[in-house]
Amino acid sequence: MHEMAICENIRVLIEEQARTQHFSRVERVCLEIGALSGVEVEALRFGFDVVMRGSVAADARLDIVETAGTAWCLPCAVTVTIGRRYDPCPRCGSHQIQVTGGEEMKIRELEVT
Amino acid sequence: MSQARLIQLEADILGKNNGYAAANRARFAEAGILALNLVSSPGSGKTALLCRTLDMLAGEFPCAVVEGDQQTSADADRIRATGAPAIQINTGKGCHLDGHMVGHAVDHLHPADGSVLFIENVGNLVCPAAFDLGEAHKVAILSVTEGEDKPLKYPDMFAAADLVLINKTDLLPHLDFDVELAMANARRVNHRVRLLKVSARTGEGMQAWLDWVRGARLMALSGRPSQAAE
Repeated sequence: MHEMAICENIRVLIEEQARTQHFSRVERVCLEIGALSGVEVEALRFGFDVVMRGSVAADARLDIVETAGTAWCLPCAVTVTIGRRYDPCPRCGSHQIQVTGGEEMKIRELEVT
Repeated sequence: MSQARLIQLEADILGKNNGYAAANRARFAEAGILALNLVSSPGSGKTALLCRTLDMLAGEFPCAVVEGDQQTSADADRIRATGAPAIQINTGKGCHLDGHMVGHAVDHLHPADGSVLFIENVGNLVCPAAFDLGEAHKVAILSVTEGEDKPLKYPDMFAAADLVLINKTDLLPHLDFDVELAMANARRVNHRVRLLKVSARTGEGMQAWLDWVRGARLMALSGRPSQAAE
């Protein structure tokens, strides 16, 4: 259900762009979704088709670029890659890590006509 | 037939909400209002905890409440019975409050300068994590009738919270709930989180929670931009 709300936000952003950038149809939407953003990509794909019906982005192709979760490990003092928020540092096993990337939820680009 | 073209957007999907939240935050900062976003699963005892908190803080400083639920105004009625002004937001099909709804609620509520605004979010540990309301802190409430692994199952919420209240501790003698394990799990997802054990029913641990609120309120008061300029 959270993904539906995110799709509604995407629709509003696209419709705003349609007005300001003067296009009537979106062929492709490219999103960037971080591994730690809390978004379920499959649910987002499902919600996208439903929410975009009747909009300029109805039938648009959805590309999702998934970015890795990264964190700064305090004991190791290096950036490490993590898959989930509660993962420990893969080097030292510590939970003293600070998430530095992978929380993104962005529309990267639109292909429009 | 027009030519296809590419628009580089790089737009934050929640940018609109973040804009509303930033406006709320600026408004709270200017008025020295401490806004707390209370988040939990349904049935964690959020409203009971809030009623007890308002009773204990009555007369000390003004408090106001924004209540979020999908339906009914039952919770706002319970809050108003404590004497605190409250406004109910029914989100309908929505599963969380957003910055825009809270801004409107605050327009109607007019919390006094220097007050504490408690925003009771919709009972849901998933969606409210992503929607900033302009609060100073998210406070997550985890009751001992839930599982110790909740922080691991819903890491986004526990990572976003500055304080976790472990509620209904009066029931611990009747349960197998391992408080230490629940606290360790919360620290796994958020090593800076503060944890307090409370019982809204018996009042156990409530003073520590009220002291935390008092401390956070002083920070909100001293952080007012107009004071900094003087």
